Amino acid sequence: MKRREFITLPARSLGGLLLYTLAREPFRVEAQEGTVRVPLRFFTEAEARVVVAACERIFPADASGPGATEAGVVIYVDRQLAGPYGRDKFRYTKGPWVDSVPEHGYQAKATPREIYREGIARLEDFAALTPSQQDERLRAIEPTVFFQMLRRHTLEGMFCDPLHGGNAGMIGWQLIGYPGPRMSYREEIGRNPGEPWRRKPVSLSDMVGHPVKGWEEEN
Amino acid sequence: MQRLKPVDIAIAGGGWVGLAMAKEIATRTSLSVVVLERGPGRGLKEYAAGMDEVDYVLRHKMMQNLAEETVTHRHSVRQSAVPIRQYGSFTPGTGVGGSGEHWQGLSYRFLPDQFRLASALREKHGRNLPEDLTVQDWGITYDELEPLYWRAEQMMGIGGKAGNLRGQKVEGGNPFEGPRSYEYPNPPHPETLLLSLFTKASKELGYHPFPTPAATLSRTYQNPDGITRPGCAYCGYCSRFGCMIGAKAQPTNTLLPLLIKRRNVTLRTGCNVRRVLHRDGKASGVLYVDDKGVEVEQPARVVILASWTLNNARLLMLSRIGEPRFGEPYDPATGKGTLGRNLTHQVSNFTGIFLDKPLNAFMGAGGLGMTLADFDGDFGLDPKFGVLRGGHIRVMSGGETPISSFGRVPPGEARANWGSAWKKAALNWWDRSASITNESEHLAYRHNFIDLDPNYTDRFGDPLARLTLDWTDHERRQAGMIATVQQSIAKAMGAKTGGNSRRVGAHYSVVEYQSTHVSGGAIVGTSPETSVVNPWMQHWSMPNLWVVGASAFPQNSSGNPTLTVMATAYRAADALLNRYLKHPGPLA
Repeated sequence: MKRREFITLPARSLGGLLLYTLAREPFRVEAQEGTVRVPLRFFTEAEARVVVAACERIFPADASGPGATEAGVVIYVDRQLAGPYGRDKFRYTKGPWVDSVPEHGYQAKATPREIYREGIARLEDFAALTPSQQDERLRAIEPTVFFQMLRRHTLEGMFCDPLHGGNAGMIGWQLIGYPGPRMSYREEIGRNPGEPWRRKPVSLSDMVGHPVKGWEEEN
Repeated sequence: MQRLKPVDIAIAGGGWVGLAMAKEIATRTSLSVVVLERGPGRGLKEYAAGMDEVDYVLRHKMMQNLAEETVTHRHSVRQSAVPIRQYGSFTPGTGVGGSGEHWQGLSYRFLPDQFRLASALREKHGRNLPEDLTVQDWGITYDELEPLYWRAEQMMGIGGKAGNLRGQKVEGGNPFEGPRSYEYPNPPHPETLLLSLFTKASKELGYHPFPTPAATLSRTYQNPDGITRPGCAYCGYCSRFGCMIGAKAQPTNTLLPLLIKRRNVTLRTGCNVRRVLHRDGKASGVLYVDDKGVEVEQPARVVILASWTLNNARLLMLSRIGEPRFGEPYDPATGKGTLGRNLTHQVSNFTGIFLDKPLNAFMGAGGLGMTLADFDGDFGLDPKFGVLRGGHIRVMSGGETPISSFGRVPPGEARANWGSAWKKAALNWWDRSASITNESEHLAYRHNFIDLDPNYTDRFGDPLARLTLDWTDHERRQAGMIATVQQSIAKAMGAKTGGNSRRVGAHYSVVEYQSTHVSGGAIVGTSPETSVVNPWMQHWSMPNLWVVGASAFPQNSSGNPTLTVMATAYRAADALLNRYLKHPGPLA
């Protein structure tokens, strides 16, 4: 049986809510010390560390607010890859496999899991580099399928509903001022044009009043 | 193989068309009706818990699973096609209600001259038309469809503002539309900041913006069937989602409740129709695979194909209907044959805009928008661009979701689309970006068509539909003309433009979502030499087979197709019930 793998992340990212913004001014309301060990479903710990470091360069914590590590993006990516999407259960995967023009999109055989495995292998030691060295390495792979996918998944993990493992504490939604899924804006639609309507976000589970499972939990 | 007891009517597909035909037949007669839907059941409960961008927008949870079946595409007959492996420029739905569950709800009527396009173009241009143009008249007039449009508008509760009431122009509506007998059943939605900026700017430029007709209810409404639905809550989870309160008209909240009460209708989910069975020139039923993988033969007196556009044409091809004559596969080399011809999409470009105020763009409704038709059809064409037909220009407050709406940045603000500088710019512009969009007519050409792919198969081993489709210079010029207008409106709105814009490229792309308005393949017309179905949607060579949907459009119009699809479904149902059943045989 496969050895259980874990990724260690700062605790403040995965529990205590730290940011709350109305006018897009992030500030810390509460900081939780220590670290949390999160069990991994697909990545090895070494792979997860590379992904954490690369996502953090794509969406860094900086003066404009928190980044991918605090949002738990790696947990989102790990779960997506472990689920049906990662195994290409939603993609037409019959041959013949032939290269085609860009207008036909991605035509290769590799699944998202395989794209990550191979892409991460080429970034060995990435986590140990300085941020500017890391940026240089990422710039070199910018046109690759792996990087494009990693970039897309980073944004997904930043701004998805927390039910998918990313956007921990709805930190991404607070960062931009997205209020989460809500039943109704009947009272607000068309009123006070030009005034930002910003509220503390609610998650889908908050809204429907019971836990909601993502598609990645099925199959 | 299991053989079931015969029924009167077998319908392939449980979307808008399938359920509308079933409802008309089952409530007006005692005939037995079976509807076969390949996907699962759908309902309100799952829609509230489905307000999730990852599963529904990014992973396409309401769409057909491409792992099981897709289509292939190539740009010309000189190439071999490759499969569309992931979504995609269009996203057909699955499950009860089909694409009618996850649609946006834009409910324009087509223009009167779009039904007689070949005649209209000949009258204006004589012989100066491109040789490879294969546009055709429908053999149906706007006046014939007008009462049926009205029936569909009442059933769905469309909200809007009439611009032409029985020939009288009405301020605030679309002055270019065909005459309507009645004002819309419901008023327009309230206006958002984005819409009012667009309206003001386009009026200053002398255009005539009007509220986009919407199937998202603007107030509580009871339709003529006695179905009551609540007004829209503007939650913003609309296009690509099912409506959690039933405010957006969907087959499951307008038609299904009526069918559930009828004992003469059976709806079977998980049942994928593979063939229309036929002998001696008559359909004898359908062959399907049920949710347990069992092959089932369902004999029927009448068969109605009501699956999505491309699958309607494909089922005819797989069933070898119309051979050797009247409905045989189209051959672009000779121009002979009818099945598969006149494949069209729409010409759809957009201009990204950046505004100085936040839009609260996460609030909205699929149908909440403003449109102008000053460049639609034959109106306002700028001779400089040399185009034959134009299209709509519009803005939508359709409800933005956070992943998809993040990252739009005006050009020049960041070197890459990742990293600190980009993040800062993207945060700055989030909720202040939108786009001015467009959907223009797509003319039919000799070289754009559907046939069966020789290399790729679905999960049963049946050949996939193969699309041969590419843009011509005409579509690029259409997009160019529209883009010029979009730019001038953006400027008058005080918006920055650039970045986040799309034009018609060198070749048709299957990568980026455009719309699910693909049409043609089993087109309607006045002659079996040039069409697959007659003007009542009855197959020319098989009178007890009806093929209904956007597969019948001889070319594509500028508006969204659903309302016209519904009007033609009512026309087919009326002809079937009032004429065919009394004297079974060809109606034309």
